Amino acid sequence: MTQLLLFNAFNGLIQGAFYALMALGLALILSLNSVINMAHGGFLVIGAYLAYVFAPYVGFAGAIVLGPLGAAAIGMVVERVLIRPLYKRPDPLYTLLLTFGLALVIQDLTRTIWGPTGLPFEVPQILASPVSTVFFFITGYRLLVVALVAVAVIGLFLLLRRTPLGIRIRAGTLDLETVSALGVNIYMLRALNFALGCLLAGLAGVLAAGVLGLTPPMGNSLIMPSFVAIIVGGVGSLVGAILGGLLIGLAAGITTTFYPAASEAVIYLIMLIVLVVRPRGLLGHEGLFE
Amino acid sequence: MMRDERLWMALGWIVLALAPWWLPWLGGYSALGTKVLVYGLGVMALNLLLGFAGGLSFGHAAYFGLGAYGAGMTLKYLAPSTPLALLAGTVVGGLAATAFGPLVMRRRGIYFAMITIAIGQLLYFVAVRWNEFTGGEDGLAGFSRQPLHFGGWVLDIRDENKYYYVVLVCFTVAAWIMRGVLRSPLGHTWVAIRENRRRAEFLGVRADLYIWAAFAISGTFMALAGALNALLFNFTSPQDLHWILSGDFVIMIVLGGMRNFWGPLLGALIYIVAQDYLSSVTDNWMTFIGLLFMVIVLAFPRGILGLLRRRGKAAA
Repeated sequence: MTQLLLFNAFNGLIQGAFYALMALGLALILSLNSVINMAHGGFLVIGAYLAYVFAPYVGFAGAIVLGPLGAAAIGMVVERVLIRPLYKRPDPLYTLLLTFGLALVIQDLTRTIWGPTGLPFEVPQILASPVSTVFFFITGYRLLVVALVAVAVIGLFLLLRRTPLGIRIRAGTLDLETVSALGVNIYMLRALNFALGCLLAGLAGVLAAGVLGLTPPMGNSLIMPSFVAIIVGGVGSLVGAILGGLLIGLAAGITTTFYPAASEAVIYLIMLIVLVVRPRGLLGHEGLFE
Repeated sequence: MMRDERLWMALGWIVLALAPWWLPWLGGYSALGTKVLVYGLGVMALNLLLGFAGGLSFGHAAYFGLGAYGAGMTLKYLAPSTPLALLAGTVVGGLAATAFGPLVMRRRGIYFAMITIAIGQLLYFVAVRWNEFTGGEDGLAGFSRQPLHFGGWVLDIRDENKYYYVVLVCFTVAAWIMRGVLRSPLGHTWVAIRENRRRAEFLGVRADLYIWAAFAISGTFMALAGALNALLFNFTSPQDLHWILSGDFVIMIVLGGMRNFWGPLLGALIYIVAQDYLSSVTDNWMTFIGLLFMVIVLAFPRGILGLLRRRGKAAA
């Protein structure tokens, strides 16, 4: 029983790490670009399938780097062509619908190009085998996932705290107009920020592909919990997004042990409880995005 | 202006009433006409909240689906009565919208949208996982709409044309009520809150309670549409609660024109006919629907009726 619980809790944490990566990217795009990116799951899928395509040429390690970079590049083009014309309309409705349409197109095109059935994403043999016989569920690959997510999160926070780009992104979140008046090219800033968000989605996609395999709708099952992670953590707080992601992943994992049918619903129940007890989320601020 | 509008409404109603005659002639079928009316009713209800009160709900499929499951389960487990099924579905969806309303009524914009999406997904997973009662992923089947009894006279609505008229009557009554609500002080207060919430609050309006009312009323009529839809196909599935359907609803509203009472009906007509046609000619209809979303957002953000109205003003 203890082992089963540990197994499910660990699975839940891995799942939560994917939610956290997705939620971080969504939260970045939400706060600077004011876009609810419904196509975020689409960028996850793009990252995963690009890694699948690159893997035979550049190897496993190369694919983990190139897949997310490809998603970021496509994200930058999308921002330039489709989203930039909509910044002048303050209503979030339009970007929401646009990215929604984009999500449909990406899912359908992926299905057309690579087929509706799942594809396996080959993980090197040395990573696929368990680390110990007692804790059979801890494979090298899963440890790698945890390590890479940690590296990505630390890297993102260093970027936001220590580099000129990161400082501008944080300043733009507070007051974009003033940042613009100080001579920063806010169009470029928002494009880079959007690409950064897509990079994180792509990374989540590559890592998830190694655990769950590749299917065209794989983004759909990850994007909704990521929204919940943001609501639970508090809109506008990046630390909150990570916390929320890990929390709901862990809760879903533990619920699987006792009552598998409720493992998805529990995520939304946590959200309802948080909304009643702390309407702005665990770490949210009053008045943001309202 | 007023007489003009009445003339148009009378004309439109005659066209709708004669639909079973002219639809086959254009290559349609009466179930398609019924579906347009059902979805039209649903999106007009959502537009009370979205277009008039300014609440961006991206999870209204939840109440559509609850209405559908409420009606289907009533027929399957409780009693073989069509009016009872419609009533039960409407009440179930309406009560759920009333219960969830307080969670969103103080939120605006992005926050409002995200919370409504997530609430919708909660109900979706309940429908998928509560197998023995809802039929799970396969959907709820094994029920069918029953003939209507008026004293000794029986109307057998299992016939598709006759069911069309049942839906048309429900649609007309619901549209009449919704129009009345919009013309009442309640409706005018919604518009005031949409235009400037802070000013409305300074004038002493409890904006949150008004948004709650909008959420509950719009959820109730959406549930009626869901119940009518379940009886149209004698089937419902978790897809009727999914956020993709919520997105479809919102795009229908934007396509028709969200500042106009009848706009959503026009949007539903175009969207459903386009979807029906595209899915019969290409496997990649999802791509075309997605492209349609983008074209509408980038090129026609005011919708078709908004565009026509602006043209009319320019000419006059």
